[in-house]
Amino acid sequence: MAISVKDVQHIASLACVDLNETEQERFAKQFNSILEYFKELDGLNTEGVEPTYHVIGLNNVFREDDAYEPLPQEEALKNAPRHEKGYFKGPRIV
Amino acid sequence: MALYEESVHKAFDRIKHSKLNAYITLDKEGALETAGKVDDGKVSGRLAGMTVAVKDCITTKGLLTTCGSKILSGYVPPFDAEVVARLRKEGAVITGKTNMDEFAMGTSTESSYYGPTKNPWDLTRVPGGSSGGSGAAVAGLECRMALGTDTGGSVRCPASFCGVVGIKPTYGLVSRYGVIAYANSLEQVGPMARNVSDAALLLDVIAGHDPKDSTSVPHDACYTDHLVEDVKGLTIGVPKEYFGEGTDKKVDNAVWSAIMKLDKLGADYKEVSLPHTKYALSAYYIIAMCEASSNLARFDGLRYGLRIGKDENWHTTFSRIRAEGFGEEVKRRIMLGTYALSEGYYGKYYLKALKVRTLIKQDFEKVFKGVDVLAAPTMPTTAFKIGEHADDPLSMYMADIDTVPVNLAGVPSISVPCGFAGKLPIGIQFIGGFFDEPKIIRTAHTYELNTDFQKLPEGF
Repeated sequence: MAISVKDVQHIASLACVDLNETEQERFAKQFNSILEYFKELDGLNTEGVEPTYHVIGLNNVFREDDAYEPLPQEEALKNAPRHEKGYFKGPRIV
Repeated sequence: MALYEESVHKAFDRIKHSKLNAYITLDKEGALETAGKVDDGKVSGRLAGMTVAVKDCITTKGLLTTCGSKILSGYVPPFDAEVVARLRKEGAVITGKTNMDEFAMGTSTESSYYGPTKNPWDLTRVPGGSSGGSGAAVAGLECRMALGTDTGGSVRCPASFCGVVGIKPTYGLVSRYGVIAYANSLEQVGPMARNVSDAALLLDVIAGHDPKDSTSVPHDACYTDHLVEDVKGLTIGVPKEYFGEGTDKKVDNAVWSAIMKLDKLGADYKEVSLPHTKYALSAYYIIAMCEASSNLARFDGLRYGLRIGKDENWHTTFSRIRAEGFGEEVKRRIMLGTYALSEGYYGKYYLKALKVRTLIKQDFEKVFKGVDVLAAPTMPTTAFKIGEHADDPLSMYMADIDTVPVNLAGVPSISVPCGFAGKLPIGIQFIGGFFDEPKIIRTAHTYELNTDFQKLPEGF
């Protein structure tokens, strides 16, 4: 199934990235050739093969539930482009 | 003037007149302060007074960290990455933050918002990526050693293209705490230096379990202990799949000459096969893009980073910030990752790629039952021209064919110079089994001591 410009617009909306028309057209073309290349995996039988999420196979890594000093509020807000009364200021959600 | 302060002045004079664009941010003041303390005997350690540059995706307390992206312009981290804390503890003089492909996505350092880095051997060519700034800075004597990160070859590629040494450690050996995540199941911080001894020393300092990183593995070893000139009794496997179509003849010849050299020095070699290699590129890019789309969701301009224009609703505001803040390659990978993880495609792409990853890892496990290390080209070609792959991302992805299987399997690899094609350096990589850094360091060190490819670019 080929990726259309409309598909690119939909994915852009899911990914929260605005794309202009030129980008949409260019990406649609490039995505088709890249996904076509990924198709080679279809030819490999992976039935019964377990997926590898972590190469060393670590699981259940715990740490002590110790209390420690948090980042001071002032420092936590230092990189925030907009803040007010000690809070991060975001755009309206609804 | 005191010894270490003088060496800092020398490095910064060189940087001032440099055409390489290897750094995004410099810290001359901090470097001089540390060097001064070393000179006065107030600071000591295994890296005391040595200049080390740090890739710009590794956080440094109080020092601008941008990840090569506009979206992080102005970001000054309130904490040090674990690897940086370890550098400081050993008295390293941090010169600054090196240029890189935006969010470490690339093979050329062309996708940096701060302009491409140039290859010191030929200014019209790329230094490799994504740790191209680190590679060029080391090759161009703008620091003694540097840290890079290797997700699909990003330490080894610039090492190969710039004629220096780079190590991609076993996954989990080096802490990723404070490394801005791109594809977290693949990436590792790795040392870059002009020779194997310095690279091993830097690895000694950064390796080791970190409880702050839950992917970090407890494993103790001293790498400088293995700087031994001896390969007698070692069996070197030569994987035939790494010498395929697309491998430059001169690269092929240089790598085989290196294998013959090691044979003469007492190692044995035999041809081996890693049958699933041809599926590695697809599996790598699918996994990396999926993880990237998830990791980069945190860049919304709220707690840090770019915030532009007047706020509208949440979705519109963030989509606009991300459109303005991310470059093209980053958008491409976020989009493809989002697509591959979307409903109905998870099994076809991500899960499938993780299963292929298992087969690739098993290939390595099987082959290491019969050989000690593998030898292969690091890159199939020498450094390409700036802009050569600009309109065709797939052709650029193909360049990573010899490096990505190592990241998928999680095993270690070292790239060292093994010759030249014209004036451009060629790299050979020695790959080891899990935690076999001592073996690959010993092989690379012995090879280096018996060859003469550790040269400086003309004019340096």
